[in-house]
Amino acid sequence: MLTETRTYPGARRPDRTYRHEADGVGLAVYEWGRESDPVVFMVHGGSDFAGTFDVFAPLIAAGGWRVVAWDARGHGDSDHAALYSWEADIRDALSVMGSITDEPVPVVAHSKGGAFMMQLLDGSPYRASRMVNIDGMPSKRRMPDVPDHDQTRILAGDVAKWLDYRHIAHSAERKPGTFEELAQRRAVMNPRLSIEWLEYLVTIGARQDEDGWRWKLDPTMRFGGFGPWHAEQSALRMVSLTIPFLGILGTVDEPMGWGARARDLQPWIPAGGRLEVMEDIGHFVHIEDPEGVSKMVLEFLS
Amino acid sequence: MSISYLQHNRISLALHTVREGSGRPLLLLHGLGEDATRVSQMPVKWAGPVYALDFTGHGASTVPRGGGYNAEILMADVDIALRHIGEPVTIVGRGLGGYIGFLISCGRAALVRGLVIVDGPGLAGGASNTVSTTEIASVGKRNAGTPDPWALIELSRDSRPASYVLSFLRLAIANSGIEEPVAIASKVSPKWIDALKREAGVITDISMQEALDMYAAL
Repeated sequence: MLTETRTYPGARRPDRTYRHEADGVGLAVYEWGRESDPVVFMVHGGSDFAGTFDVFAPLIAAGGWRVVAWDARGHGDSDHAALYSWEADIRDALSVMGSITDEPVPVVAHSKGGAFMMQLLDGSPYRASRMVNIDGMPSKRRMPDVPDHDQTRILAGDVAKWLDYRHIAHSAERKPGTFEELAQRRAVMNPRLSIEWLEYLVTIGARQDEDGWRWKLDPTMRFGGFGPWHAEQSALRMVSLTIPFLGILGTVDEPMGWGARARDLQPWIPAGGRLEVMEDIGHFVHIEDPEGVSKMVLEFLS
Repeated sequence: MSISYLQHNRISLALHTVREGSGRPLLLLHGLGEDATRVSQMPVKWAGPVYALDFTGHGASTVPRGGGYNAEILMADVDIALRHIGEPVTIVGRGLGGYIGFLISCGRAALVRGLVIVDGPGLAGGASNTVSTTEIASVGKRNAGTPDPWALIELSRDSRPASYVLSFLRLAIANSGIEEPVAIASKVSPKWIDALKREAGVITDISMQEALDMYAAL
């Protein structure tokens, strides 16, 4: 079977790849840059994988940094687990970070990665020296008023749907498709990213089976639309951070984004930190404008 | 006791038949770190068949690698058991099992004919407000048995905010067809139970057996 290959301008696979065992869960770890350079951790968002940093990470590495990233459990080439949770993602992150250094080093994190790293650093502030949070700053959305009985009906539906799925999760498989179909499917969630980039991602984040290509993301992962977590918790943790902080926010709403507005986030930026708002850019700020964001990040890290 | 093993995603769940009987089944849910054997020893008078479930990471159920527990996953454990039992049940939940029983009695309101919450480990859960929780990166070397240390850590600090609990209670009230679908027989009253006690549809100041007798008569 031929392996599909694609190139993308500026994209470079990691210089080193290896496995790390996080309490029995095998995680795929990637590094760009010289081993002797200072470490910066790079954390991807939900449903993504470290390969989505293939343009951005080399730019940071070229600035004199050893970039260390990993695929979260169930994502990319890391093991599929029986259980997934925010807490488990935090613990996996600590496990990888602890295997590299016990010193506080910078963290650059995107989307869900940014949100859970703020929780990690709120409880373990000695782990990082600086934080760049790329559109991983949830804030309370201004939703229209929904009557109580409608809220109850919506919640009942969400819970029932999620429970129903748990009965068939053990036999769940990702839908196979052609190489191009997988890129098109991803485009639904990443509508602002070019098809050339999405096809490049297929070569990393998907595998080729006998009956077609499938994304590697664990098919059993399906998040319910309910749970005790709420966005204000992230804001409270963000404002408590004591390390230098740079938040980067695109202004264009996207399906994978948080819908956060600068005016809502600004009061929660940690003292001495700053929020950079990038106009006419979506949730994947570092992919849409890798040059601009990497320049901003390198200046902040220096 | 006999055991049926049920598949919940990558976990094999042990559902114990404690005894046979005639009438509506009773499902017993254990506390944090306990198992079906422990909860089966409760002095329960019930005419129907009695079942007890080992949650994920407990008793004879599978211990997953690397934790990742939350209350909602255990709610789904119970839903798997409910489908196997095949008819509406009454539930007694001890400690953590009381909270999980509460979630499923709301999430699958038509399948639960009354929930009784009793004291036991894991009843309180974690803080209901935002806290700076130092993360534990490893439990170190351990044997392969139960209870899973990650279950003990993660399920003793899961958040149970009142707003979330009350949104679930509304499901039970709207969909169970029972006027008072939840009975609180615990003496310990963490914040999430305090919130429930103030609501219509929740019985307080009642013993476990009194509540069971009441639900048996439905």
